[in-house]
Amino acid sequence: MMRASKRSGPPAELKTASPLAESKTASPLAESKTASPLAESKTASPLAEKLVEKGLLLVAFSSVAMLFVIAFFIFREGVPLVARVGVWKFISSVDWSPSKGRFGVLPMIVGSLEVTILAVLFGGALGLACSMFLAEFAPKWSVRILKPLIELLAGIPSVVYGFIGVVVLVPWIRSVFGGPGFSVLASAIILGIMILPTVIAISLDAFNAVPSLYKEGSLALGATRWQTLYRVMVPAARSGLIAGLILGMGRAVGETMAVIMVAGNALTMPTSLLQPVRTLTSNIALEMGYASGDHQAALFATGMVLFVIIAILNTMALLAVRKRR
Amino acid sequence: MTIIKPAVWQKVVWAILALLTLGTLVVLFFIIGYITSKGAGSLTAEFLFGMPERMGKAGGILPTIIATVYLALLAVAIATPLGVGTAVFLTEYTRESALTRVIRFGADALAGVPSIIFGLFGFILFVVRMRMGWSILSGGLSLAFMILPTIIRTSEEAIRAVPHNLREVSLSLGGTRSQTITRVVLPNALPGILTGIILGLGRSVAETAVVIFTAGSSLLIPKSLFDPARTMAVHFYILAREGISMPRAYGTAVLLILSILAINAVAYLLMYRFTRKLR
Repeated sequence: MMRASKRSGPPAELKTASPLAESKTASPLAESKTASPLAESKTASPLAEKLVEKGLLLVAFSSVAMLFVIAFFIFREGVPLVARVGVWKFISSVDWSPSKGRFGVLPMIVGSLEVTILAVLFGGALGLACSMFLAEFAPKWSVRILKPLIELLAGIPSVVYGFIGVVVLVPWIRSVFGGPGFSVLASAIILGIMILPTVIAISLDAFNAVPSLYKEGSLALGATRWQTLYRVMVPAARSGLIAGLILGMGRAVGETMAVIMVAGNALTMPTSLLQPVRTLTSNIALEMGYASGDHQAALFATGMVLFVIIAILNTMALLAVRKRR
Repeated sequence: MTIIKPAVWQKVVWAILALLTLGTLVVLFFIIGYITSKGAGSLTAEFLFGMPERMGKAGGILPTIIATVYLALLAVAIATPLGVGTAVFLTEYTRESALTRVIRFGADALAGVPSIIFGLFGFILFVVRMRMGWSILSGGLSLAFMILPTIIRTSEEAIRAVPHNLREVSLSLGGTRSQTITRVVLPNALPGILTGIILGLGRSVAETAVVIFTAGSSLLIPKSLFDPARTMAVHFYILAREGISMPRAYGTAVLLILSILAINAVAYLLMYRFTRKLR
């Protein structure tokens, strides 16, 4: 959503920059670049210019093309099997026995959603609290240090989060709450931590994008900082905050390696937070290594379900951001 | 809440939020600290530059380091021209229109696709259908798909941040559009573009799910694009999950985390200096 505002007008942005700054940035160009290359340039033909433009248009479509190619190949592998089993049966059966040709992914859909929702409740709440603190209460110098640090942490590989889950979190859950430790709870906590950097970064941007006049107006009317924050800033930044949560949710649904390590991956409907669970992603990753034939097709079909869930989430995020304009 | 005075309430909230923020930071740094303290001792020269023995139970991790470098560089080499080209097209050749919305939708949607899907896709298209097998090439192509949106987004922002009058000066001196772009716009946007590329590099190094299905898990040093390979992230996953060697798992994890943190730090520093320069 930061981009949305920038997109609207680079020229306008330019005008607001101070003339001094402009001349500074312009001068190195005047000295180094204009003298040689442009003067002696062979005047490129209009035809070549057109070719460059067409070529770039083609390149620009690469990501759209990739999206379609990916969807096409996943669906091409998965659709025949789902058609044979029946769509409803595939997503509503609880029986996943590839060797007997029975493919039902309901436990994994439920598992994925359960783990994701808990992760967003946990990580979202913590992330929002952090971003509120950083946006309004923390001294500016600390934000300048903490924000990049938190963003750096977004780069920690998911296998490392999973590993920490295995060596620290799982034994802890086992000793405190009982059960095997590998559980819905462990997955939700690890995923919640993993989405923190995403949620914090996007929420912080959303708060910073609120016009400072709103804040100043509220403070001038005698509201405390906290009243300003939750009565003015949060409502004004709402769509950005929601988009952040939804993107976090997308990350959580799609996460594979961390979940696979802490979830326990049992093929049952999760009835308690302390039970093991298998998500859609871990189902694919666990069995891809040895699957073939229908079994492999069923894993692609699992990917289709995941694809659809992600598409729904992304559309929601887009709508949430668009509302603000 | 009406009983509590707003000023007092504010202090309470301040304390709660401060505590939660502190908690978050502690958790995140605990992860790095824990891995580093357990694994730093394993980082010896023979570990870094030695060949693995008995499936990684003993010996070093040299092949996985080499594989990681190859794969990440290949992914970036494939994705960069596409990403920067897209960004140039979006910023220099079009106004906002249905066309740009479609392109942006493609990039945004691609950014939301889970890595396991890239893995599945790369497996079926590159490994199976195109018969490249588990290889550096299959893995690099799949990773390139994954990091493309990052490179597009960062490059676009960098190019947009180049002051408009630089372009006007170039055009008014008779430079053509493509000359303006290659000699004025891109050089000025370079640090920002590099940020995107380096972030893509970091994501490639960190990725496991994509690589394990497309590049395989061979422990030999890859000699060509068509050789299978095992990256550090995959090696770490296998060591830890199968309990092959905990000290070596920790050691691999430390190297992995440190290299990614270093890569990302460089990216952010570049971006920081870039935005300062243009302000």
